[in-house]
Amino acid sequence: MKPAAFDYMRPRDVGEALKALRGANGEAKPIAGGQSLGPMLNLRLARPKLLVDVSRIDSLKEIKDEGDAWRIGACVTHAQLEDKALPGCELLAHVARRVAYRAVRNRGTVGGSLAHADPAADWPLVLAALDAVVRVAGPAGSREVRADAFMTAAFTTVLADDEIVESVRVPKPGAGARWGYYKFCRKTGEFPEAAAALLLDPERRTARLFAGALDRPPQPLDGVARAVAQEGTASADMIAAALARLAPGLGPAARKLRVTAVQRAILQS
Amino acid sequence: MSAEARPGQGVGARVPRKEDARHLHGRGLFVPDMMLPGQREVAFLRSPLAHARIAAVRKPPGSEGRVFVRGDMPEVLPIVAPSTLPTFKLSEQHHLAYGKVRFVGEPIACCVGRTRAEAEDLAEQVEVDFEELPALVDAHQARLDPSIRVHEEWSDNLYLTLQLDNGFDECSKKADVVVKREIELSRQSMNPMEGKGTLAVWDDRANQLVLHSSSQTPHLLRVGVARFLRLNEEQVRVIAPDVGGGFGYKCIVFPEDLCVAWLALKYRKPFRYVEDRREHLVAGANSRQHHYNLTAYASKEGRLLALDAEVTIDGGAYSNWPFTIGLEPGQATGNLPGPYDFRGYRVKTYCVATNKPGFLPYRGVARTGVCFAMELMIDAIARAVNRDPYEVRLQNLVRPEQMPYDNVARKHYDSGDYPRALRMAREKLDVEKWRERQKRGEPDKRIIGIGFASYCEQSAHGTSVFAAWGLPMTPGYDQAAVRLTAGGGLEVRIGVQSHGQGMETTMAQLAHQVLGIDVARVQVVHGDTGTTPFSTGTYASRSMVMSGGAVVNACRELIPRFVRIGAHLLKAPEADCRFENGAVIAPSGSVSLKDIAEAWYMRPERLPENVDRAGLEASVAFKPKRDTGAFSYASHAVAVAVDPETGQVEILDYVVVEDCGTLVNPMVVEGQAIGGIAQGIGTALYEEQQYDANGQPNASTLADYLIPGPTEIPAIRIFHIESPSPYTEFGMKGMGEGGAIAPPAVIFNAVNDALRPLGVEVRDTPLTPEKLLDAIERAKAVPKREAA
Ligand SMILES: Cc1cc2nc3c(=O)[nH]c(=O)nc-3n(C[C@H](O)[C@H](O)[C@H](O)COP(=O)(O)OP(=O)(O)OC[C@H]3O[C@@H](n4cnc5c(N)ncnc54)[C@H](O)[C@@H]3O)c2cc1C
Repeated sequence: MKPAAFDYMRPRDVGEALKALRGANGEAKPIAGGQSLGPMLNLRLARPKLLVDVSRIDSLKEIKDEGDAWRIGACVTHAQLEDKALPGCELLAHVARRVAYRAVRNRGTVGGSLAHADPAADWPLVLAALDAVVRVAGPAGSREVRADAFMTAAFTTVLADDEIVESVRVPKPGAGARWGYYKFCRKTGEFPEAAAALLLDPERRTARLFAGALDRPPQPLDGVARAVAQEGTASADMIAAALARLAPGLGPAARKLRVTAVQRAILQS
Repeated sequence: MSAEARPGQGVGARVPRKEDARHLHGRGLFVPDMMLPGQREVAFLRSPLAHARIAAVRKPPGSEGRVFVRGDMPEVLPIVAPSTLPTFKLSEQHHLAYGKVRFVGEPIACCVGRTRAEAEDLAEQVEVDFEELPALVDAHQARLDPSIRVHEEWSDNLYLTLQLDNGFDECSKKADVVVKREIELSRQSMNPMEGKGTLAVWDDRANQLVLHSSSQTPHLLRVGVARFLRLNEEQVRVIAPDVGGGFGYKCIVFPEDLCVAWLALKYRKPFRYVEDRREHLVAGANSRQHHYNLTAYASKEGRLLALDAEVTIDGGAYSNWPFTIGLEPGQATGNLPGPYDFRGYRVKTYCVATNKPGFLPYRGVARTGVCFAMELMIDAIARAVNRDPYEVRLQNLVRPEQMPYDNVARKHYDSGDYPRALRMAREKLDVEKWRERQKRGEPDKRIIGIGFASYCEQSAHGTSVFAAWGLPMTPGYDQAAVRLTAGGGLEVRIGVQSHGQGMETTMAQLAHQVLGIDVARVQVVHGDTGTTPFSTGTYASRSMVMSGGAVVNACRELIPRFVRIGAHLLKAPEADCRFENGAVIAPSGSVSLKDIAEAWYMRPERLPENVDRAGLEASVAFKPKRDTGAFSYASHAVAVAVDPETGQVEILDYVVVEDCGTLVNPMVVEGQAIGGIAQGIGTALYEEQQYDANGQPNASTLADYLIPGPTEIPAIRIFHIESPSPYTEFGMKGMGEGGAIAPPAVIFNAVNDALRPLGVEVRDTPLTPEKLLDAIERAKAVPKREAA
C-alpha cells in the first residue's frame, strides 16, 4: 500500500498553485491535510503525477471576522476550529470536535473536506445548513458557489482541475437562532451512517434542514424545516416521506436510522 | 480490580512489566524496524479473483531477477498439513499460486524492489490471464453441491466431518421441552497491531539462513522452513524480535516466509516482506466463521439433558501447517458442551472448503463460537421454560463437588467452582439495581438489558490431546535453561515467545519465587532458535503452565548445586546448610549467590578438587502431571443500553469473575483479560469480513472493517478466584485466550434480555445497528409472540 511515484511542490501563494495546476493538464492534484488524499494515494486509487501542497499558503489559513459573517480559509484545520470558538458560529466548534479524532483533525482541513466531497463528511452538510458560500479561485479569478450547490454528486464537485477552494464565508445567524446537529457513528471517529443539521433563524426568517450521509450530496428537507419553524416539530412519517423522495432506495433500517438522525437534530435545536 | 496482591516479586505479585519501558519509549525492535545493508523489499501480486484457473502469467520486460512465480522456485515444496483425524482430506498450498487461485489475495508473483513502493510498481505490471470459475462463498452450499470444488482432486468440498454421540438417545427421551436455534458467527481477521513479516538473510559465517520473523512459534517455523525448502534444520535459525501481537495468526508457516527465505538462499542478500493492513484484511480473513443448528432437550425446570448439534465451519481454501484445518472443528466438537453438567450429546461437525483465506486458530480457538452458541442456547432454554436465565445457567453448571469432572465430550475438568464465579458475577454486577432501572425506563428511551455467560477453557493441553488431533506436530515436554551468571544474576532461556503476554516479567517472577533473585536481575531470553531450547511455542494458553513449569523446575535443579558449593565456602557440612532467599545458610553464616557464582566462574581455586561439575547451568524438561489441560473458567456479566431508534448498543457495565488457578501476576492476567474482551467486543458488535457472490471481500481497509477503539471498550471490572490446578506447578492455569471467548455471548444475551418485550432475539454476529434495527422493524411487523 504505497503510492505510485509522484512529484511534489509547495507553492508560496495561490497564484503559484493555480499556475502549477494549470500546467499539469489535469494530472496534478492539490493536497492539503492529506487525510483523504493520503489513503487514496496509498491504495493507488488516485495517481496524480504532481501534488501541489497548498497547506502552507498563509492566505488560505486565515480566519477573518467580516462583521455579519466569518471567513474561513480553505486550509484552516478542523483542530483550529475546534480550539477557537467563533462568536455567533459556535456550531462550528461543536462540529469540528466531532470530526474523526484529534490526529486527523490536526491535519484535515475545511477546504479539503469540501473538495473531497464525501457525502458522509461533516462540513458539506453543516455548511449547507448554515447557508455558507464557497469562494473558488481559478485562472480567471475568483467565483462564489453556494455550499449547498458545491457538491454535485458523491465525491464530485463544481471544481475544475485548475481551481482550488480559497475560503468559505459562513453568515452569522441572527440573535435567537437555534441549531441542531446529530450524527450517528458506529464508533468514535468513524464517518457517520446518518446525519442531519438544522438551523432555525427567526430573525432572518430562515429554517434550513439537511440530511447527510446519503449516497448523494446533503439533501434539503425544506418542508420539514418549515414545519419545525412553525410548529416546533415534525412527525416521523413526514420526515420518512421526505427522505423517501429525496433519497429513494433506502432499506427500512437505513431509512429508520436517518429519520432518527433528523428527529434528534430537531430535538436538539 | 480485586486480587489482593501478594507482596514482593514472586508468584502473585503485581510486578510492573519489564518490557513496558522500551515499548513506551518507542524503542522496541520489530521486523519492520530492521534495516540491513543491501536489504530488498518484497511485495506480492495477489489474486483479484476468488476462484480461477491461471492461463498465463506475463512478467514485465526487464524484470529478470526481480519477479518470481511458482515455476521459478522449483526447490520449494508445497505446504501440506496432514492430520490423522478420520475423513481428513489434504490440501496442497503452493507458496505461489499454481494452476489455480483459490481466494482473493492469494499470492501469485513475488516482486522485489529497493523499496516497497518499487516492488509494488513491479507487481502492478505483471499480467495474468485468468479463466474465472464460480466461487464457493457459502459453506452450506459448498458442502451440499460438489459439482464445483475448491480442490478438484477431491470428491466434494469437505476437509473433514467429525461425529460424536454419547448417550444422546437415552437422555433426550426424558426431555419435557425441546428448543431449537440457528446461530452464526461472521468471518474475521485477527488484526494484530503488527501484521506478519519476515526478513530473511543468509549468514555466511554461521552458514545459516536466518529468518527474523514476527512469529509466535520460532522453533516450529524453523522446522517448517527447513522442511519446505529441503534444508537441514541446523542451516536455519529463526529469530522472533519484538512481535506486535499474534493471536494465532503467527503460529504457522506462511507462503510469504518461504518466498523471502528462498530469495535469501538464492541471492545471499537480505529480503524482507512486511504485510500491510490491506493484505491482512483481505488475505488474512481467516477465523471465527461458524454456523450452528442446535437442539436442546431440557426438563421443564430448564435442566439441560441432551444437546444435538450440527456445526459448520467455513474452512477456507487451505489447511495451514502445522496446526491444520482439523484443529478448529476438533475444538468445536469437543468444547461445545462448555461448563455444563449433562449426559446426552450428539454432534456432527463439517469443515468445508470455500474460496476464502484458509482458517487459522484465533485466540480462543473455536471456543468463542461454541460459547456463543451454548450460552445463547441456555438463555433460549430459560425463555422456553419461563425462568431467569441466570437461574437456569446456575443449575446446569458443573458443581464443585463433582470435580474433577469428565464431561459428555470426555473432557477432564480439573478443578474449580463454576457456580461460584456465576454467583459472584451476579452480585458484582448488582443485578437488582439494573432490574430496577430496567423497569423504571430510561429518560432517553433506551432499553436496559443484562446478560450472563459462563465458559471453561481448556488451557495448556498437551501430548495426549494433540496426539488425538494428529497434527504434524504434538507438543510434549517444554524445556527451560537457566544459568547463574558470574555476577549472581540469572539468565532464563525459554522456547516459547512473548509478544504482549509479559513473559519477560512473569517468567522472572517464577525464577524469583524459587531462587529469590531480584526480578530485575533475571534476564529472560526467548524467541530465538539459536539461543533457546526447543518448544512448540506460544499458543493454546500454554506458555505459563508448560514453559513456566520448566523454568520452575530448572531453577529448583540448581539449588542442591548452590548448597554444595555454599557448604564448601562456609566450611560447613552440606547437611547443615539450606538454601533460602538467594543465599546458602549454615549455622556459622551465609554466602550469597553472588559469592557462589564468583567462586565457580572466577575463583575456582576456592573450590575442592571433587567439586560437582554440573555447574551453575541447568536445562530441564517439564510437562504437567496430567496433560489433558488445566481448565480455567469465568463468568462474564454485562448491563447494556439498547437504542431502539438507532440500533446502537452501549455497554454500561462489564464484570468478569475469572479463575485461572494460581495467579502469577494479577496485573498481567487482568491485562490479558481486557485485551481479549476488547477483541470479543469486536466479534460481538463490529468485526466482519463480508463477501459478495463472487467471493470478493467487502472490507479492505479499517474504514470498512471496524474494530473497537478505546471509546468502545468500557471500564472492565475483573475479580479473581484462585482454585489451583492439581496438575501444574504452583497450580497455575493458562488464561491468555479466555477474555476473547465470552463477550459475544454475554453481550447478545444482554441485548436479547433488553429486547424481549419487543419479541426480538438476535443470534448472528456482528450485531450491527442496521441488523438490530431490521430485527426490531420486522418484529413490529408481525404480531407479538414469545420466541421459544
Ligand atoms: C480515520 C479518518 C476518519 C475521518 N472521519 C471523518 C469524519 O468523521 N467526518 C469528516 O467530515 N471527515 C472525516 N475524515 C476526513 C477528514 O476530515 C479529512 O480531513 C477531509 O476529508 C479532507 O481534508 P484534507 O485537508 O485532509 O484534504 P486532502 O486529503 O489533502 O485532500 C482531499 C481532496 O481535496 C482536494 N483538496 C484539498 N484541499 C483543496 C483545496 N484547497 N482546493 C481544492 N481541492 C483541495 C485534494 O486534491 C483531494 O482531492 C476522516 C479521515 C480519516 C483519515
